[in-house]
This record gives sequence, C-alpha cells and structure tokens, in this order.
Amino acid sequence: MPELLQFAFSGLTVGAVYALVALGFTLIYNASDVVNFAQGEFVMLGGMITVFLHLAGLPIPVAAFAAIVITVLVGLALYAFAIDLARGSGAVQIIIITIGASIFLRGVAQVIFDKRFHALPAWFGSDPIRIGGAAILPQSLVVLAGAALIVALIFLIIDRTILGRAILATATNRLAARLVGIPVRRIVALSFALSAAIGAVAGLLVTPITLTSYDVGTLMALKGFAAAMLGGMGSAPGAIVGGVLLGLAESFGAGLISSKYKDAIAFLIILFTLFVRPQGLFGKKSTERV
Amino acid sequence: MSMHTGMTRRLALAAGFGAMMAAAPALAQGEIKLGAVLSVTGPASFLGDPEKRTLEMEVEALNAQGGLLGRKVRLIVYDDAGDANAARTFATRLLEEDKVTAMIGGSTTGTTLAMVPAFEDAQVPFISLAGAIQIIQPVKKWVFKTPHTDTMACEKIFEDMKKRGTTKIGMISGTDGFGKSMRDQCVGVAGKYGIEILHEESYGPRDTDMTPQLTNIKNKAGVQAVINPGFGQGPAIVTRNYRQLGITVPLYQSHGVASKQFIDLAGPAAEGVRLPAAALLVADKLPDNDPQKKVVVQYTADYTKKTGQPVSTFGGHAYDGFHIWKQAVERAKTDNPAKVRDEIEKTKGYVGTGGVVNMSPTDHMGLDLSAFRMLEIRNGDWTLVQ
Repeated sequence: MPELLQFAFSGLTVGAVYALVALGFTLIYNASDVVNFAQGEFVMLGGMITVFLHLAGLPIPVAAFAAIVITVLVGLALYAFAIDLARGSGAVQIIIITIGASIFLRGVAQVIFDKRFHALPAWFGSDPIRIGGAAILPQSLVVLAGAALIVALIFLIIDRTILGRAILATATNRLAARLVGIPVRRIVALSFALSAAIGAVAGLLVTPITLTSYDVGTLMALKGFAAAMLGGMGSAPGAIVGGVLLGLAESFGAGLISSKYKDAIAFLIILFTLFVRPQGLFGKKSTERV
Repeated sequence: MSMHTGMTRRLALAAGFGAMMAAAPALAQGEIKLGAVLSVTGPASFLGDPEKRTLEMEVEALNAQGGLLGRKVRLIVYDDAGDANAARTFATRLLEEDKVTAMIGGSTTGTTLAMVPAFEDAQVPFISLAGAIQIIQPVKKWVFKTPHTDTMACEKIFEDMKKRGTTKIGMISGTDGFGKSMRDQCVGVAGKYGIEILHEESYGPRDTDMTPQLTNIKNKAGVQAVINPGFGQGPAIVTRNYRQLGITVPLYQSHGVASKQFIDLAGPAAEGVRLPAAALLVADKLPDNDPQKKVVVQYTADYTKKTGQPVSTFGGHAYDGFHIWKQAVERAKTDNPAKVRDEIEKTKGYVGTGGVVNMSPTDHMGLDLSAFRMLEIRNGDWTLVQ
C-alpha cells in the first residue's frame, strides 16, 4: 500500500509538469492550429535562465521573475520572426518551423549557457514529508500548487475576461473573429506569450527536483504532446487530465510492470489514443471542413 | 688575388651546398604529426572537451621545450561530435591526407570502434580514451587504451562490499550505453565475489524521477547495498530519490559520475555515497608516498591554471595517452609507426593519472585494480576509503 501511494506521488508531480506543457500546446493550437514543438524549450529556458541568473548573484525570486519575462520575450520573438512571417503557409509548414525553432533555441542555449546539468535549491528545503509510509518532497507540493494556480488563472482569463472571449472566438473561427473586429494576430501573439510564460514557470518550479540542461526540452515536448493528444488536442481541461494521467501511467508502469518500458508508455498512449479515440478524452469529434 | 677570390667563392658555394644537403633530411622529417579525433561537442563533449584542452596544453609545453627528438610536434584535432560515422571519416582523413604517425583519441567506445579498422589497415598506433573492454579484448595489434574498464569498476565495488560482508544487493542502472555496458559487466563478475543481485531496475537516460524503481528495491527484503551504474544526471537523481525515500543501506555509484558536478547536482543527498575513481580526483588527499601523487598534483595544477576549469579523469586519460606515446617515441628514437607501436607495447611502470601502466603483448591497457581508489562523499567532498 505505501508503495502505491509513493507511485501516486511520483506520478502526480511529473504529471503536473506534463499538464503544464500540454496546456501550453493547447493555447497555441487553439489560437493558430499550430502544434508548437518549441514548447519544451520554454520549459528549458525557464529553468536554465533562473539557474544562471541565480549563479550571477540574483536572489531566486528575482531570477525566476526575470526568467519568465525573458522566456515570454522569446515566445513573442518566435511568433514575430518565425510564425507570423509564414502566416500564409499551411499548418504543416508552420509546425516544421517550430521544430526548427526548437533546435535553434537548444543550440543557442548550448552556447550562451553550457552543456552541463544544473540544479536549483528547493524552495522549502529537501527534507521529505512522510505520509502513510510514502515520502513526498516539499518541492513536489510547490509544483502541484503552482500548476493548480496557473490552471485556475488561465481558466479565469478565458472564462471571465473580454480577452478570454477574444481567444475563444479566435479558436472557434478565425475569419469570423476578424470580421467582428478581433485583432487576431495580436491574439495569436498573446497565446505564444502565455504559453511561454506557462512553460517557463513549469521549468523553474520543477528544476529543483528534476535538474535541467540545455536539452531537457525535447523530452518535455514529447511527453506534453502525448498528454495533449490523450486529453484531446485543443481542450484545456483535457490537457490537464491528460498530463496527470500520463504521469501516473508512467510511474505506476515503472513501479508495477517494468521500468524498462517507462518512456514507451508515452508512445503507447499516443498510438492507443489515435486508434481508439482520435479526438482524445475531451476533444470534440473533428469534422473536416470542405 | 683573383684566384683567391674564386676559391673563396667556390668554397662558399660548396659550404652552402653542404648545408643544404645537411638540411634536406631535417626538412623531410619536419614536424611529428599526432592526430586526435575527439568528441569535443555534442552529447559526449564532457569527455572530448577536457581531452582536447589537455592534448593542446601538453603539446604546447613539449614544443616550448624544443619538441620531441628535436622536432616540433603538430597536433591535428578533429571533432566528431560523438558521431561514429564522422569519426570514421576523420580517421581516414588523418591517415590519408594529414599522414599522422600516431593517433590519440576516440572519446567514446562507439567512435573508437568505428575507427579501429582504419588504423589497423594503415598500421598506425591508436591510443583510445574510451572505456569499454571490447577495445582491447581481443587484443588488436595497433590499438591501445588508457582508461580503466567498467569491469574493473565493478570489481573494485564488489571488493569493497566483500570486505564489509555485503553479499546481497539491489541494482538500478541507466539504459544508456555506459549504464548498460557496466550493468552487464557487473552481472558478469558478481559471482566471482560471492555477490548476489536480488533485484534489478533500470531507468531511461532522460528520466527525471526514479522513486517508483527505488521503492521496489526498498521493499525487497534482504538487500544490503544498492549499486547504480550510469552517468550523466541520472545517478544524481537516483541519489536524491534514494534519500527522499529514506533508504538506509549504502549506495554505490560508478566511476561514471566521479566529478565534482555529481556532488553539486545531488546536493546533501550525496553524503555517504561510495564510488570507485581514479587518484586524480583526490590529488590533494593522497598520502605523500603514493606513487601517483606527483603526477596528479602536477597535472591538476597545470590544467586548472591553463583552462580555469576543474580537472576531470577524462582529461587525465588524454594526458596518459600523450605521455605513453611521447615516451615510446623517445625510446624508439623515431616516429616510425611500427617502431613506436612496439615501444608503446613495452611500456612498463609508467605512472600516470589513471594508475601505473604495465603493458604487454596481451594487455594493451596495463592497469590493475590499484588504479581505482574507493571514495566516499563526506561533507560535500571526496574522502579516501581505506
């Protein structure tokens, strides 16, 4: 029994991060039909910039805030200099551009920072809290709380503000949104900024537990993408549920079945979703517009 | 008078001619060309980078002292970025275009094995800096290596366990090349030391959480110690998770994480972790009568001064490779590949950063278990286990 609880703690922590990455995917996908494969690099930037500003002498909260701001600027730059310039092209071309951007960001990070792994001190120490025979790090609770806060914030923005309405309208029908006077390009830019911010926060929250390096983004993007697929591409609640489910599946899979196939679980979930329920758990059945 | 002038002129001409004749062979000999294909960038850059810096530093120092056999040494370095195909291409280039007379390099086992056939065919000595035992077993005539093997690391760990009466262990290994290879070697020699592996787990090279696997090891009754073959950030996370779960039996890491970075990444969780490592890591802690003390202290001082970075055992492997080659050339009094090869094979009692090297026609590495020291991490630093 305590081991099951331990697997659950482990899965929830990892899952919360996957959920945030999946949420980032979802926001951009909704606004622009683009799957942004540079999403993982936002997570990397959040962690790495915090680490290096902290090494340069800034206190962690300041470094973290600066990391979020810089990552948002990178997100906006990605939109302005890569995505927006190619806005006449199809979704596939733009997706390929995001893959290129992800490789580019990784390369730049390698030069500006370094190629080593880095850790950040945990916010509330590293003495684990013992619950029912299982151990959870205080930082895991920080990750879970942070993820919950971000999710709540995003839902508030989308549900309660004019801005949120504009995002929803853009997601539903871009042409119609433009016709009623919504600045669609600015909304898409905003979705990149928001996604970058979410990614950066995920990165800096989780770095004390998982460590970070210039190339952690690739796997993050892959797992986040699997989570978004499982939840249903384009559904925000789906992204959250998908992320947590994937995290739990990995940790229970590694604990109960075999740790050899841990990374295969994400791929299996993508395949299974595509075969059985291509629209994902929360997705609407897609209808091809002719 | 005129006759005298003419004779002077003729004499001068002859002297000039003679000088040219004398100079000609020297020109033909020119500089000694030493090749190096290293993984300076890419995933194995933590190996190739210090190796390159070390070789450049040593060649520079040697040339400043007048070179080798009165000739300058020219180091030709290519970066394979960890790619075996690129390594193979560069090997051919070194042999056919640059015409090197020896090669030090091959940062990884993969790149080394890709280059071996080229050097065997060209009959040029090749001193590899990679770990796997396959490089020198079976013995290849032209191939040598300086680092200890994974098997020796396993044996060193098991020796320590045996001394402490540990016989039943758990193992968690990375699924990367290093982790897998060392896991296999450990399983292979465990029986020799009466060690029984009760439970085995693995993790992917990019995994960020190993608590599920460690929970299983924790719950396995009778485990007296845990061993973690792997390198990169994986072992650091294993160590953190190990303490998080409150596992109390000793944790053994491998020589793959024998760097200060591991202590930095694992933080306080690293306290009490034991691992085998080269003497280089504990240069300042070695007793004065240790045969390796002088060389490791000297190399550490030179490298830190030159690069401003802490030493790693990997740079040390390059240092050893270079000096084994240098001494072989001095003994052979030529850089003729065949003669240098014979002399490398005759290396006896060379004291390097990796240990005391005694090569033979059947042993192209020449290290024994004494090359490894058992270390324990205490107060965020290495201490020697006696």
